[in-house]
Amino acid sequence: MEQFFSAFPGPLPLQVLFGKTGFYLISLLIGIAFGYALEIGGFGKSTKLAAQFYFTDMTVFKVMFTGIIVAMVLVFGASSLGWLDYGRVYVNPTYLWPGMVGGLIMGVGFVVGGFCPGTSLVALATFKKDGIAFVAGLTVGIYVFGENIDGLFSTFWNSSNMGRLILPDLLGAPIGVIVFGIVLMALLLFWLVEYVEDQMNGTQNRRQYLPQKLSGAGFILLLALFVMLRGQPTVEEKWERIAAVEQARLDQREVQIAAGELLDFIQNDLVRTELIDVRNESDFNLFHLMGAKRAEIENLGQRAEKDFLQRPVNTLFVIMSNDEQRATEAWKIIRAHGVENVYILENGVNGWLDTFTELLIESDPLRGDMPVPSKTLADMDDDMLRYEFDAALGSSYEVAEPELHEHKLEYTPKVKMKVKKASGGG
Amino acid sequence: MSEALVKKAKPYTNPYVAGTLLGIVLFLAFLLTGSGLGASGPINRMLIYIEDIIAPQHINTTPYLIPYAGGSTNPLDNAFVFLTVGILIGGFASGYLHHRLSFTTSKGPRISNRTRWGMAFLGGAVMGYGARFARGCTSGQGLSGGAVLSVGSWAFLLAVFVGAYAVAYTLRKLWI
Repeated sequence: MEQFFSAFPGPLPLQVLFGKTGFYLISLLIGIAFGYALEIGGFGKSTKLAAQFYFTDMTVFKVMFTGIIVAMVLVFGASSLGWLDYGRVYVNPTYLWPGMVGGLIMGVGFVVGGFCPGTSLVALATFKKDGIAFVAGLTVGIYVFGENIDGLFSTFWNSSNMGRLILPDLLGAPIGVIVFGIVLMALLLFWLVEYVEDQMNGTQNRRQYLPQKLSGAGFILLLALFVMLRGQPTVEEKWERIAAVEQARLDQREVQIAAGELLDFIQNDLVRTELIDVRNESDFNLFHLMGAKRAEIENLGQRAEKDFLQRPVNTLFVIMSNDEQRATEAWKIIRAHGVENVYILENGVNGWLDTFTELLIESDPLRGDMPVPSKTLADMDDDMLRYEFDAALGSSYEVAEPELHEHKLEYTPKVKMKVKKASGGG
Repeated sequence: MSEALVKKAKPYTNPYVAGTLLGIVLFLAFLLTGSGLGASGPINRMLIYIEDIIAPQHINTTPYLIPYAGGSTNPLDNAFVFLTVGILIGGFASGYLHHRLSFTTSKGPRISNRTRWGMAFLGGAVMGYGARFARGCTSGQGLSGGAVLSVGSWAFLLAVFVGAYAVAYTLRKLWI
């Protein structure tokens, strides 16, 4: 149990905590609750669903948007309190145009068939004959797609991939403001659709349960207001939460890996090594490790959520600056965003050059184009590049990816690859 | 169960109450597993599972299908498959408790049962194709992605409603 609570903030590594069986069992329970909620909302009955499109019964709209705003407020409320790490939550990647074309097709299918996939399962489970026919058709449609997508529309289907793109990025407003705005919009729309229902049916149902509806609306608006005012945790706050453990790892030098260990990982095909260089552009242009990508410290938070967290679990991130100072700063930011398997290149790019230039010269004294230690900067110790280069050749120097052949470097292995990833996909 | 069939079906729960429950379930899914809810993906997986028994060679040579069942990958070894089984159990349980289990057909007054079934099948096929095209159905893409503010999910939701309202009047005979 203690282990369970120490796994927060969520999402929890259920597979690690309870094994695969436990993970699947929890998924089953969530599914049961989901199916139950859909059924009591009336989603098992096609006429009730279809009435949506003739404005006589807007249940679909009400249930769906209530579900969305309740979940949204809870997700971002939990995130702002530090119980849930939004960066590690699966956000459907945006494939804008194929998504919208698929949506249009589904809209047509909804009116023709009277269900959507989830609701048809509930209809099937409650023995509705039209639900059974729908599920049969659904299976055929899914089959046809699987058989044809590689040939017909695969280019279009994979187009306009914008990755993890969220409304706050698009609209340039903080998450809390967007959350509040959506809640407000949904509440106004609820009022509007009830008005339309009454006009269509000649009823006065919108006055029913008025005190309950108003207090419910007030309550969720209050929660949204809390989310907006409290805001999402800053990098500093996120770091504070993990500082006790992580600072110790830094201090005990558990995450600073030797140049030799890094080289072994670069040459290890089982691990995807991602080299993140946080030095300035001119140093990077002078020299960088083969395959290293430059990143600005200012953008690291966004990069972590959009890119690093989306990488396969066998990705090893190694951050480097000239020495270690900037790299350590970057490491804290990336770790604060919940990225696993992040390490720092020990003694930075300078250390890498110290290790390998000598070795390469030893093995072949006649080779040219080797960086030489700078005399003027030799004593400086503030994350400056302590080598001189003939030209800004980037990774074209041999030392950018040294081939040592039989020469094996001694080092203390520190990398422990951790597999902790929330599942994704719908 | 026959008794349940005879008893009068209880009225549906208030949509805002049902929606709140749905939202809490969705939140728990995010908190516990890190991803939302889905229904169309697992049907795809079950289908591929059967296909893999009948024609494994075909699976192993179709790029779209390889990640699901290529080689020795079991397409059912996935949490969403269990979630879907859960949806069936949960739907059944609620139907049983509220006396709403019945072998009936819901349809508009102007069409026959046969037409309704045919249309349900056709609509299902269109829906299935669309859901895979959109990388998720109303639950997996719309509800789940919408709650965590995915731009694509909101665009998708808008498209679903636009598509539906665009044809609703033409197809009104099916329902009213």
